[in-house]
Amino acid sequence: MKSDNQPAIEVSNLTKHYDEVIAVNDISFQVSHGELFGFLGPNGAGKTTTINILTGLARLDAGKINISGIDCTRNPKAAQHLIGIVPDESNLYPELTGFDNLCFCAALYGIRKSERQQRAQELLKIFGLTDAADRKFAGYSKGMKRKLTFAAGIIHQPPILFLDEPTTGIDVGSARQVRQIIADLHHKETTIFLTTHYIEEAERLCERIAFIVNGRIVRTDRTADLLEPVKGKNVLLLSISNSGASLSREMDSAFPGYQFQSTASGQIRVESAEPVNVGPLVRFLEEREVQVTEARRHLPSLEDVFVQVTGIEAELMRKDKEKAGDGGGNQ
Amino acid sequence: MKRWVAFSSIFAKDMRAYYLKPPNVSWGIIFPLAWTGMFFIRSGMGLESVLELLPGVVTISILFGTTSLLSVTLTFERRSRSFERLLLAPISLELLMLAKTSGAILFGIVNAFVPIAIAAFLADMSGISWSLVVPAIVLIGIVSTFLGLFISVSASEVFEAQTFSNFFRFPMIFLCGLFFPILSLPIFVRWLSYILPVTYGVDILHGAVNGEHIMSFTLDFLILGAFCIVLFAVSLRNIKRRWIV
Repeated sequence: MKSDNQPAIEVSNLTKHYDEVIAVNDISFQVSHGELFGFLGPNGAGKTTTINILTGLARLDAGKINISGIDCTRNPKAAQHLIGIVPDESNLYPELTGFDNLCFCAALYGIRKSERQQRAQELLKIFGLTDAADRKFAGYSKGMKRKLTFAAGIIHQPPILFLDEPTTGIDVGSARQVRQIIADLHHKETTIFLTTHYIEEAERLCERIAFIVNGRIVRTDRTADLLEPVKGKNVLLLSISNSGASLSREMDSAFPGYQFQSTASGQIRVESAEPVNVGPLVRFLEEREVQVTEARRHLPSLEDVFVQVTGIEAELMRKDKEKAGDGGGNQ
Repeated sequence: MKRWVAFSSIFAKDMRAYYLKPPNVSWGIIFPLAWTGMFFIRSGMGLESVLELLPGVVTISILFGTTSLLSVTLTFERRSRSFERLLLAPISLELLMLAKTSGAILFGIVNAFVPIAIAAFLADMSGISWSLVVPAIVLIGIVSTFLGLFISVSASEVFEAQTFSNFFRFPMIFLCGLFFPILSLPIFVRWLSYILPVTYGVDILHGAVNGEHIMSFTLDFLILGAFCIVLFAVSLRNIKRRWIV
């Protein structure tokens, strides 16, 4: 039974194993109707597994799922008419044209011919694919494939939308376009469950975010509340020619108002409640034969919160994804 | 109505994308032609042997047509993940798989009529009981397709599906009474004939074309029907267990 008082998505104690590996470990969360909820975590954190379970592509081992008040725990098909999904990889039919792919996906939801053709034309226009409408999907570029897959996920105008890494592997322009479409859908009250490894994307788009690491949710909060602890902090990033790690104790005593930290990319991160004075720091390092090649002011963001909460360096997360074949559309 | 739209779209898409592709259409014609020619020459008999060979050639055309294409298309869609699109559709798995297999069933039925059309030019077919031949062809088409489905669900690669198909198909040529009467088989392998679904379809066809059959037609139809239900049910259970993990 659907009820407006019920959350759009309600997950309780969801657990999933693949042989000995725990992919999702006792996670619980709720997403309200019309909310844009982000699931942020590195590769292998359990994001896609969670989406697969919620959409009926994978079975759960334990827990409970409600979609719009419909109990989908044992019958994942029960709410499939309410959901749309944009998977992490394009999965349309290579031998069909872009237009035919969209019409076919609409037909799967029982939409009549004239309506699905009109909707397909509209979406091709929105995604800038009208010129490629009659070309086979196999001949599309990666970005075009991703956009058409996105269009196929919303062709039936679902009230609940699952987006699995929607901007991964596409060019900057396409990624911006996709983000704008996500924002538009959100304004139209579509409930959106978004997984991403792009912290900036989550910060920019999501109202609430859950950090997921090794199958466990380590924190869930409103984006504004997550950012509260880093608000007003002054951070300076110093790029240096050789390691300054051995100087950290000396720096701590020389600059007591500052906090120093060496990052994974070999920079020195300086944090302070007051604006950081660059000159004395550079002189201090150069006197000790450490060349400073760049000093850059850093605006504290969700990335800092993520690093604090999860202990995972955002830079490593990005590189990890790039290794997995991501072209990087997060700009 | 919505379910019918989904069903017919899956059927139409498969027909267009796979079964009506020129290589498959030509294969559907050449394959039965080759089998007909081969057995006709091999038998060394005159034109009177055409009707004797017809049930076997019809069955083999359906069997190879359905199992080859279905196992390849399903495995391919699963590998490319486009099958997930179908699993996400708000239709039952039963209806989805019926839609996915209906194209192969139709392909098999059409294949069956290629040797029949050839035979019509070579022999007198006035004695054939078409009221038995047509439902038998439809049921052989369904049971062969569901056998192909069963095989596809067990395979993860196209070559695996083909190898697995041959494991079933080639013994059937010898064991199901297609070209050699079951009663002429050694007793210790004869039981194998009776656990293969095609045996019952061939028995109906032999009876309808030449008047020679081992079992009653009713029993043949009932057993074929039962095989269809069991193969479909087992395939669905395997899809749930293996593809939705």
